[in-house]
Amino acid sequence: MTAIPKALQRALIAAGLTASIAHPASAAGVIEIDGSSTVYPITEAVAEEYQTRLGGARVTVGISGTGGGFKRFCRGETDISDASRPILKEEMVLCAQAGIRYYELPVAYDALTIVVSKDNDFVDHLTVAELKKMWEPAASGKITSWRQVRDSFPDMPLKLAGPGADSGTFDYFTEAVVGTSKASRGDYQASEDDNVIVQFVSRDKGALGYFGLAYYEENRDKLRAVPIVSSGNSAGVLPSIATVNDGTYNPLSRPIFIYVKDRSLKRPEVRQFVEFYLQEGGALAREVGYVDLPAAAYEQALSNLRGGKLGTGFGGTPEVGLKVEELLAREGKL
Amino acid sequence: MTTETARIRRLVARGKRFDKVFVILGLMSLMVGVLTLAVLLAGLVHDGAARLDWDFFTRFPSRRAGNAGILSAIVGSTLVMLITALTAIPLGVAAGVYLEEYARRNWLTEIIEINVNNLAGVPSIIYGLLALGLFVYALDFGQSILSAGLTLALLILPVIIVATREAIRAIPSSIREGACALGATRWQMVRDHIIPYSTGGILTGVIIGLARAIGETAPIITIGALTFIAFLPDPPLGAEFPFVSFEWLKSPFTVMPIQMFNWMSRPQAAFQVNAAAAGVVLVVMTLVMNGAAIWLRMRYRKRIKW
Repeated sequence: MTAIPKALQRALIAAGLTASIAHPASAAGVIEIDGSSTVYPITEAVAEEYQTRLGGARVTVGISGTGGGFKRFCRGETDISDASRPILKEEMVLCAQAGIRYYELPVAYDALTIVVSKDNDFVDHLTVAELKKMWEPAASGKITSWRQVRDSFPDMPLKLAGPGADSGTFDYFTEAVVGTSKASRGDYQASEDDNVIVQFVSRDKGALGYFGLAYYEENRDKLRAVPIVSSGNSAGVLPSIATVNDGTYNPLSRPIFIYVKDRSLKRPEVRQFVEFYLQEGGALAREVGYVDLPAAAYEQALSNLRGGKLGTGFGGTPEVGLKVEELLAREGKL
Repeated sequence: MTTETARIRRLVARGKRFDKVFVILGLMSLMVGVLTLAVLLAGLVHDGAARLDWDFFTRFPSRRAGNAGILSAIVGSTLVMLITALTAIPLGVAAGVYLEEYARRNWLTEIIEINVNNLAGVPSIIYGLLALGLFVYALDFGQSILSAGLTLALLILPVIIVATREAIRAIPSSIREGACALGATRWQMVRDHIIPYSTGGILTGVIIGLARAIGETAPIITIGALTFIAFLPDPPLGAEFPFVSFEWLKSPFTVMPIQMFNWMSRPQAAFQVNAAAAGVVLVVMTLVMNGAAIWLRMRYRKRIKW
C-alpha cells in the first residue's frame, strides 16, 4: 500500500526538478501587456515570435479593452498598452497624476469594412453621407428601408449589424461617419463577436454591417465589401493595403497603437521587445489580417523611440483620417 | 355489488392512465436537457475532433491556429481549481456544520441563512468586482492564480454551504441522540457521525460548485486573467533549498474558458476549430469531475450502515 504513494512522491519530485531545469529563464522579468482586443492578434504574433526567436523574457498579453488597458497602464501595472484609438484627455490626466510617461507608437492600420450579403446586387457604392443617414441616432426607427437611403434602391427592409458600444471600432466608426464618437442609432443588431455580424449579414439580402478588414478577408465567400465614396474621391474605393496606405480609403481606416511606459524601457528586455515589435510587427500584422504601415513609418517610430520623443500626437482628442507619417512628425503631449 | 366493482376498476384504470401520461411528460422533460447536451457535445466533437491530438495539449497559444494549444490554459485552470477547492471546501463545510449543529436559532442566524441563500444567486461579475478591489488591490495578491482561486472560492461558497446543510439535515436525529447518549461530545458526534454520513451530499454540492467555477469567464476577466501566456507557473518543487516554492501562486495565468472565448472571436475559421476542441476538453474535465463525485459518493454510501 505504501509503495505507491512513495513512488508517486518520487515521480512528483522528479517532475518538479525537470520542470525547474527546463525553465532557467524564470529569473528574467515578465513584460506585461494589456489592452485592446483589436490590437491583440498583432501583439500576440509579435510576442510569440519574440519568445521563439530571442527567448529570455516572458511576455503576457491580456484583452481588457482599450479603456480597461489604459486604466491599468496609468496605474503603473503594465509595461505596454494595446490601443485601437489614441489616448483620451481623461486618461492623459490619470497617467500624468501617476507620473507615467509614455511613447505612442502606431503599429498597423485597421480598415473598417462595410459589408453586405453576397446576394445583394443593388449596392454598387455608398457615400459617407448615406452611411450617416443609416447610422445616425435620428435614423432610429425611421430609416427602415433601402429606398429611404437612395431613391434608386429597392424598397427592401434595411437591417443593420455592428459592434456593441464597448468596442473601439464602434467609437471610431461613429466618429468617422456620424461625426460624434458613440453617437449611433440603437436599433441595430449589436454584437461584441464579429463572427455574429458575419452570420447576420450573410443570411439577409437587405442587411449591412461593419467590422475590421480581417473579418471580411476571411469571409469573402459570404460577403461583399461596399466601395466608399467620400469628399476626397468621387469614385468608390474598396479597402485594401494599397488604398489604406495612400490614404484614399478615407475616412474608415485608422491607425492602431501600442503605448510604452518610458520607465519600463530602462529594462533591456522591454526595449528589445519594443524594437522587435517595430522591426517585425509590419510583416506579422499583415499575416494576421491587418494592413501594415509603410516601412518609413516604422523607421520613423523607431527613431522617435530612440530619440526619446514622448507623448501623444493627438493631444487627447481622436481625429479621423490622419496619416501616420504626419502623426509621427507631430510634437508629443503628455 | 358488481356495478360497485366496475366503478372502482374504472377509477383505478383512470388513475393508471394519468400515471402513464405523467411518465411520458417526465421523460420528455428529461430529454429536453439530455438531448440538448448530447447535441451540443456531438456538435463540439464534430467541429473540434480534427485538433484533438497530443500537440493540442502540449503547446502554447499561437497566431497560427494549427500550432496553437491549450497547455497554459489547462495548467491555469487546474491550479486555479486547486486553490478554489482547498479554500471553499473547508470553509463551506465548516460554515454549514456550524449553522446546522452549533448555531442558536435566533434572528442573527436567520439573517445569515437568508444571505447565504441569496448569495448563491448573485451574478458572477459582482464577485469579480469585489475580488478586484479586495484580493488584487487591497490584499495586493495581484492578477495571480491565488486571486482567481479565491474569487471562484467565494463564488461557490454559498453552493457548498447550502449543500452541506441539506446533507446534514437528512441525517436522522436519532443518530445525534444516540451519540450524545453514549457520552460523545458535540465535536466527537460531528467528527464521527455527522460529517461521514453527509459526505455524499456534500460532495455533490462541491462538484456542482467546482463545475460552475471551471466554466466561469466574467469574474476571471475582471480580475485580469491573460489571453496570451506562453510559459507555465514556477514548479512547486525545486532543486535548490528550500525545495518547495509557492511562487506559482503569484504567477500570471489564463484559463480554459478565456482561451476558448478568444479563439471564438477570431476571424479565421481554423481558430473556431480550436475553440470547439477546447470546448470538448472543458466538457470532459467537468464530466470527469462529476464522475469522480459519483464514484466517491457510492463508496461513502456503501460504508454507512445504520
